[in-house]
Amino acid sequence: MPALDKRAGDVLIWFLLLSAPFWLPAVGSYVELGSHVVVYALAAMALNFLLGYTGVLSFGHAAYFGLGAYGTAMTIKYLYPSTPVGMLVGVAVSTAAAALIGPMIVRLRGVYFAMCTIAFGQVFYFIAFQWRSGTGGDDGVSAWHRMPLDFGFFHIDILNNPAAFYYFAVAIFAASAALMAFLLRSPFGRTLLAIRENERRARFLGIPVDRHIWISWVISCAFAGLAGTLFALMNNFVDPRALRWDQSGDFVIMAVLGGMRSFWGPLIGAAIFLVLQDYISSHTENWMSFIGLFFVLVVLFFPRGVLGIVRRRSAP
Amino acid sequence: MTLLEVANISKRFGDLVAVDNVSMSVAAGELRAVIGPNGAGKTTFFNMISGFLSPSAGRIVFDGADITRLLPARRVWRGIARTFQITEVFPELTTRENLRIAVEAASGYRLRPWLSRQADGEVRARVGELLDLSGLSEAADRLVGELAHGDQRATEIMMALALKPRLLLLDEPTAGMGEQETYDITRLIRRLHREQNLTIILIEHDMRVVFHLADRITVLAEGAMLADGTPQEIARDEAVQTAYLGKAA
Repeated sequence: MPALDKRAGDVLIWFLLLSAPFWLPAVGSYVELGSHVVVYALAAMALNFLLGYTGVLSFGHAAYFGLGAYGTAMTIKYLYPSTPVGMLVGVAVSTAAAALIGPMIVRLRGVYFAMCTIAFGQVFYFIAFQWRSGTGGDDGVSAWHRMPLDFGFFHIDILNNPAAFYYFAVAIFAASAALMAFLLRSPFGRTLLAIRENERRARFLGIPVDRHIWISWVISCAFAGLAGTLFALMNNFVDPRALRWDQSGDFVIMAVLGGMRSFWGPLIGAAIFLVLQDYISSHTENWMSFIGLFFVLVVLFFPRGVLGIVRRRSAP
Repeated sequence: MTLLEVANISKRFGDLVAVDNVSMSVAAGELRAVIGPNGAGKTTFFNMISGFLSPSAGRIVFDGADITRLLPARRVWRGIARTFQITEVFPELTTRENLRIAVEAASGYRLRPWLSRQADGEVRARVGELLDLSGLSEAADRLVGELAHGDQRATEIMMALALKPRLLLLDEPTAGMGEQETYDITRLIRRLHREQNLTIILIEHDMRVVFHLADRITVLAEGAMLADGTPQEIARDEAVQTAYLGKAA
């Protein structure tokens, strides 16, 4: 039965994602919110690859999200006006940064690891903030826009058609989710679970734990960078807030809110977070306190997140 | 043939000498018990053999190679597997998944993003063998954290066994167990020793288990070696009786 439930859940999620441009306006929303959810969901799922499946908490994923965003924006603005090229550069920059920083932090555990990820994240934030001639400093990288996709034989106008951009983001999201799910079901994925469950046992099974945490970290940051490239393209803009530590905190909240032991948890968490933000912020400026309150209630009463509730209900 | 040679190892924690100049030689195929009162340094001694701690002095030679300074994972690759006094398993995974992770680690598949159909079949078959051998087949698809203590312990022993070790270190395998569980684990250890000709060193408090299983016994007291011999010799040894057995009786 659980296997059937899971498949039904997968089908439902893909159905809702693929049909969103049709039903979002009907419930009083708009397609752009759908794009937001998909982009943040990808970042939160990327974080959860490390948090939920390797058991390592990063509080600095915005750095790699932001590097992806800046890489894309600056490439399109200064170097080469092409969406795919911009994305490639963005992902390459964030992956390279994660690969270099990784060896310095993978020996740390728990709160020490989290603190160091924040510290490295803030380094990138201040670079973006201070380097006015390149990143525009506080004003961000503006006066550029994403380019329509041109594959020669066909042409997708993701620039002017919000639904086209939404489906573009969903396609990237789907490919990333599939790749992460594939990795998590492999022997490599089980090695990560072993580290999450019991590091001492993993070590005494002959698993070089630090090296595997490094690999998981780089994969996680690469997908966060990919989400960042979509974020820049979505807004046709990026500023230093994309790199800041509170952005990292949002990713953690999304993953924990939705359920970090469930594959789709971060997607659900991102959807709840952004819909609440969209709805409450139109009534009060203090929208964050309401999200905070909701978060505290979920963590207190349903430590496995929103999907944890659903799963417990459906258990025999 | 000597499989493990421990020469004059010591471990100091500040002023405390936990293990003081202990030597031990274990032959291939032997089952050695290490006994001693609480605080005798048995677990510290074990931790130095498995690489959890590194000795302050002395040498450890395994199968002719000096392993004194090797990292734990590298000792595992050379064929030393261990269990812990407090069972160390993957509680939120099933018994089958626990064993599968161990088998994949042992097969060098831990980095593989996929397995060929043949390799996958071999892994499944090996997991099945281990389940059968331990009598855990019925618990195969339950979460290990939900199993009885004895079954968790058996899972941990089978995970160590999945590594195809040449030396198996068991730290108090029957600690905290009832009569039936103690009997089952003792029988399992004896089968591994007899049928697979596995070299085993175990720390144990239960003297029935020790005298039932061991080929030779090493006695530690206050960090130092008190005696070393066959179970008959140890039972007759007066120093051991006063220091340890006498107290227990």
